[in-house]
Amino acid sequence: MNAQIKAKEPFKFYTRMILPELTGLKADNLEQLLKILKEVSPSAIYHHTHRFLQQHQHLAPEPPNDFAYWVTEVLGEYRLGEKLASIDTVEFSTIEALRVNIVSAIEKYLKENPAAGSRTAHRGEEFYFVKSISFIFPTKHTARDRDEFVDELKKVTISSIYFHVFEARLRLGKGNNDFSFWISTSVGDKAAADKISKLDPYAYTLEDLRMKIIALITERTKK
Amino acid sequence: MMKIKDYIPIVGKFIVDDLRILAEKLKSKKIQHVNSTAVGGGVAEILNRMVPLLKELGVETRWDVIKGGSKFFDVTKKFHNALHGKDEGLTADDFEVFLETGRRNEQEMDIWGDIVFIHDPQPITLINKRTDNKWLWRCHVDVSSPDPTVWKFLQDFIFRYDSAIFSAPSFSRQLPIRQFLIAPSIDPLSDKNKELSQETVDATFRKYEVPRDKPIITQISRFDRLKDPVGVIKTYKQVKKHIDSRLVLAGGTASDDPEGQQVLDEVREEAQKDPDIHILLLPQNDIEINALQAGSDVILQKSLKEGFGLTISEALWKAKPVVASNVGGIPLQVKHGYSGLLCNSVEGAAYSIKQLLSNTAYAKKLGENGKEHVRNNFLLTRHLRDYMLVFLSLYHPEDIVCL
Repeated sequence: MNAQIKAKEPFKFYTRMILPELTGLKADNLEQLLKILKEVSPSAIYHHTHRFLQQHQHLAPEPPNDFAYWVTEVLGEYRLGEKLASIDTVEFSTIEALRVNIVSAIEKYLKENPAAGSRTAHRGEEFYFVKSISFIFPTKHTARDRDEFVDELKKVTISSIYFHVFEARLRLGKGNNDFSFWISTSVGDKAAADKISKLDPYAYTLEDLRMKIIALITERTKK
Repeated sequence: MMKIKDYIPIVGKFIVDDLRILAEKLKSKKIQHVNSTAVGGGVAEILNRMVPLLKELGVETRWDVIKGGSKFFDVTKKFHNALHGKDEGLTADDFEVFLETGRRNEQEMDIWGDIVFIHDPQPITLINKRTDNKWLWRCHVDVSSPDPTVWKFLQDFIFRYDSAIFSAPSFSRQLPIRQFLIAPSIDPLSDKNKELSQETVDATFRKYEVPRDKPIITQISRFDRLKDPVGVIKTYKQVKKHIDSRLVLAGGTASDDPEGQQVLDEVREEAQKDPDIHILLLPQNDIEINALQAGSDVILQKSLKEGFGLTISEALWKAKPVVASNVGGIPLQVKHGYSGLLCNSVEGAAYSIKQLLSNTAYAKKLGENGKEHVRNNFLLTRHLRDYMLVFLSLYHPEDIVCL
């Protein structure tokens, strides 16, 4: 494919910054966790399933979500913890779908293990629900073809990559990451777009994800 | 004075670029910080660093300090202890002293900010001067289980603010106003945290006559019961049964803390003139604190309650192994077994210290992990970003804000 094909629309890189907002809601056992999970703002579900990606960005991939961590480390419910940790977030295109999956995993476990519902966390180790407030900003980075796109992708912050890959797909409900959408619809390279879409972004650190996407596009350009 | 560009080698250009983007959005706003002391304690320390940087970024910022006599600060110290759950037997007179000083400050202080940023309970009554501007209340203390009388008294003021800010999720409760989670921070370029020469470290230990002939366990904190200095000595005595070591217990007192001398006397009594226990009443000398941390083998923070515990981030930034109580904001900084060890008792603290002193490779790894954790989450640049985001949130109530 000719890397110099001009896109119909330039790609505009955005970045985003997160501010955690406290809800004042807390759970000290599984029953309470479940009850609040069903009602809490989608921004809280998003926060507790994505916080580790940025706060522990230097760590190995596959970060745990907060629900899995609390259920395992505080309540000692290892089997449920493993179930929650292995929920494949990339399979869900909306927060609501992700919420339903988490809720049903806990409900199923409680049905099989009713005693687990009232096992209580020690004081100070309750689960505190927090929401992510996202502030989205345009950056000065834009790209009109794939070469420029790769160049700019090397320069933008990991927050920008985070926004276009995770936040746009799941939180803004676009169903796909912004990179794949642009490469497919504006550059016309559906094969490269599909390859990026098929990546499990949760399996990489953010810097590794940057390198992987660059490698995928560069590989297509060479062909 | 540090410039914002000086932080680039530490946090990267991207982070500093983000700060510039945010500051641009706040160009038309005037920010007025108000607290109760210009020197001593974590709040003054952060504001001393943050205010000049906000100004350099183009955000018009000023920091004002309320006035109060010794009676007022005796009462606010009681408030502080009561917010940490202690029964202080506050009387109607105490509350009147607090309100009277508040009224005087309301008369004397000029409120000019578009955003008025009140730190801690001492200046909280200034909300009486609210007009059509925005008001933030920043709580720096652990209010997870406060004395209900004091909380109820403060609550009537808190509810009139636009938003509140707490340092840990466990300090939150359901409030009718928005509340944000913002951890405090350390400044990696300050005298307290910059890298020192070995010569400076050695000279400080010589100055305070602390021989470095055996492992050194250090707690740096004000002489305050909530920092449990007596518990620190008990912990050390248990460690010393098995590992010959020294204890350095070093700190000063804040100008708004009238209890310091009394606690210091209790600590000296507990130490019983053990020549390996070094109780150092330090003047405000950040280089010396830095040197004591840098030259120690294990840093201890055995607080009973803790607003956040910035000494932990200071120690981790120096890649030191840390043993710290599982209270307040400490678990945000120390992930047990990854960036330090958490404890809940004298026995637990002693056990963890022995583990670290006996396994130096493990201790080193915890310290290195801790340093990266601080770089990502507890440096001044992250704190500046979060404050600017809170300022913006005052004008944007939605969860996803497109600017």
